[in-house]
Amino acid sequence: MKSHDKASVTGGIPAVEARNIVKRFGPTTALNGAEISVTEGETHALVGRNGAGKSTLVSILTGLQRPDGGEVRFAGEPAPPLADRDAWRRRVACVYQKSTIIPTLTVAENLFLNRQTGRGPIRWRALRARARDLLEQYGVAVDADVMAGDLGVEQRQLLEIARALSFGARLIILDEPTAQLDGPAIQRLFERMRALCEQGVTMMFISHHLEEVYEICQSVSVFRDARHIVTAPVADLPHQELVDAMTGEATAAYDYRSRTVPASAAVVLAARGLTLDGRYRGVDLDVRAGEIVGLAGSGSSGKVGLAETLVGLRRADAGTVTIDGAEVRPGDVPATLAAGLGFVPQDRHREGFVPLLSIAENATMPIAGRLGRFGVVSPARRREHGARMIAELDIKTAGPDQPVGDLSGGNAQKVVLARALADDPKALVVINPTAGVDVKAKHALLGAVEDAAGRGAGAVLVSDELDDLRICDRVLVMFHGEVVRDVPRGWTDTELVSAMEGIDNR
Amino acid sequence: MSTQTSPKLVTTAAVPAGRGPRLGRFRDLTLVPVIVVLLVAGSFVDPIFLTPGNLTNVLQQQSALALVVLAEALILIAGKFDLSLESTVGMAPAVGVMLVIPAAAGGFGLELPGILAIPLCLLVGGLVGAFNGFLIMRFQLSAFIVTLAMMIVVHGLQLGLTQGKSLFELPESFLYLGSATWLGVPAAIWITGALFAAGITALGYFRAGRSLYAIGGNADAARAAGIRVERVVWTVFVIGGVIAALAGVLETGRLGGISANQGVGWIFMAFAAAVIGGVSMDGGKGTILGALTGVLVIGLVENILTLKGVPGEWKQLVYGSIILVALMISRLAGGKAQD
Repeated sequence: MKSHDKASVTGGIPAVEARNIVKRFGPTTALNGAEISVTEGETHALVGRNGAGKSTLVSILTGLQRPDGGEVRFAGEPAPPLADRDAWRRRVACVYQKSTIIPTLTVAENLFLNRQTGRGPIRWRALRARARDLLEQYGVAVDADVMAGDLGVEQRQLLEIARALSFGARLIILDEPTAQLDGPAIQRLFERMRALCEQGVTMMFISHHLEEVYEICQSVSVFRDARHIVTAPVADLPHQELVDAMTGEATAAYDYRSRTVPASAAVVLAARGLTLDGRYRGVDLDVRAGEIVGLAGSGSSGKVGLAETLVGLRRADAGTVTIDGAEVRPGDVPATLAAGLGFVPQDRHREGFVPLLSIAENATMPIAGRLGRFGVVSPARRREHGARMIAELDIKTAGPDQPVGDLSGGNAQKVVLARALADDPKALVVINPTAGVDVKAKHALLGAVEDAAGRGAGAVLVSDELDDLRICDRVLVMFHGEVVRDVPRGWTDTELVSAMEGIDNR
Repeated sequence: MSTQTSPKLVTTAAVPAGRGPRLGRFRDLTLVPVIVVLLVAGSFVDPIFLTPGNLTNVLQQQSALALVVLAEALILIAGKFDLSLESTVGMAPAVGVMLVIPAAAGGFGLELPGILAIPLCLLVGGLVGAFNGFLIMRFQLSAFIVTLAMMIVVHGLQLGLTQGKSLFELPESFLYLGSATWLGVPAAIWITGALFAAGITALGYFRAGRSLYAIGGNADAARAAGIRVERVVWTVFVIGGVIAALAGVLETGRLGGISANQGVGWIFMAFAAAVIGGVSMDGGKGTILGALTGVLVIGLVENILTLKGVPGEWKQLVYGSIILVALMISRLAGGKAQD
């Protein structure tokens, strides 16, 4: 691994600098002598695996948490006391991973939260006028009077950025801003970030998507195991070295397996003329045993809606779904599962697992009926099954009895996949399996999907990530609710992206 | 701000604006049609119903409950919960009074000056609220369980101290607020009206009041915006306790004594009134004006049932059903799913 001298990267006084930061939460050390230094005017990426300490660093750099040791300096001056929130906000703005927009208040009030007025009663008319001015000034086309809860993700994020900048801060931290956006929205965000950069705003950008780092950032800092590992201009740190720095070992890039699916293989999952008003129209789909079919498209393409229909979470207006040769009742999840389908839902926190229950219990949920007789679930057999899943998917845990809520994102996702695979399904539908998980977990998850295909399952993989889609034997590209292209293995990024954006489809 | 310090976020991409006309400001008035229906129905039930005398009577009877609803609404908007308010309604006046009346009348024998009875009563209410806040904010306990236990503890304290007996020999000054008439209208209505007006103003137009919505809507976001979440919530619990104690004073004055069961069972009515008035159990949503309309609905229903001569055994059933109907109507009028 190449290590860079910090002096070669920085020039002058850094916009923000953290030295020797230590932060402990009970027995765990979140940051252990961590440091970072961001040069004024640059867009600086902070990358690291889940649990590397990125989010803790952000809360320390923005004054939400007090470090147990070390110091933070802004433009060479020591950070203000923690109680003085306004002083912090004048120095550093932040768009946190978790939204800090209050859904039950209007856009205007969110913009001026806790500073609606200096003294005396709030003058609502004046406040709305100020909010409209602010929104116009930052070019955010949102009505100041609507409830913030009625806004979409992208608009809410713009609101956060505008609010953050309105304090006059020239340093802005963006903690995984792209995690919930689709392709075009990410591009619009990057346009804004470039515009801000041109105007001399310093930015710290956190993302799991390394290609984004190369696209938008000038330099990058890598954190691993609560420590700072390396800081370098992105140009000096090629993709592979960056991944190595994050994982602390030489990890090979994901090795995509080659498969040949015989034309004679049985169709295990099929759709005929599926239509759901406002989502997708007239979709035909055939997935053969041992085949992985990708579904790609922008957020409005209807790909997630289609996948959710295949698993019975949604009920199509017209058309049929056939699993392993038998037509299933539309919109009936238990029937779909009984027919031999396993699935990983889009939002693992909402539909994927029960956080307080153990790994074993979560992973065996669909097969609980077969772990004992007369409705009794044998804890021993459940544990045994859980332990096997932990070994197979390489889940980092204290044991099968640990609650899933305690696991990191990647490991929790593995449990969700374990549940999908519990019944040795004939067909598998996987939606955004690698969202918010780190490189190693990503490889394990993709490997498990490929293993399932190797065992003869037919899989549908929906993903916003081009890297994920590379394991697919073919990729169906959706655009405005229709399947517009069927791209065989061996596509290039540009080819797939242009198809997803609706360029040159016919 | 000069262009140097105000970077533009976007120039090209158009972001769709918010949809639909704004109904937000009318959302807390969704119970008004229900109140109109009740007024019309009531006038058919009994000609006495619409007389000023009867309506004043309704308001006076409901003033103590209305104050508990006000206290509960403040706490619910801040995203917390308080079940112990109903016990404070009985215990705080009892303790306040027992500190001033002679032992022969059931007091502690301290015989402090009678004028102190009301301040002491409010202090006791504030202390109960402070203790609730302490357990919930400092010990990070669930507000539901803490205040459920406190509801039992506080009521048990009253029963123990009074040995389960009612207190009748009360100082005149203590009964005054609940029984006096100012300008032809009972003082209790003036006091309750004034406190609701204060609540509406504080929560509508002052930063401290707005911070309750921020905390109830997203406590982490409120903290990030520099709101001292713990301090504000704690203050709200104390204010809630003081208002509940004042409700006890008004109720004592109206009835002329403190029974061992004063306030018992009120909390469910208070919750019902707040929730049908549009205050969310999840916090961050609802207004004090809305909560007031909720109290009015409950008061009018009670009055109509009494005028109609509905036997006491059936009142509960009718009562509960009408709350359900009011909920459904406000849901249809408000258009949003209940939470």
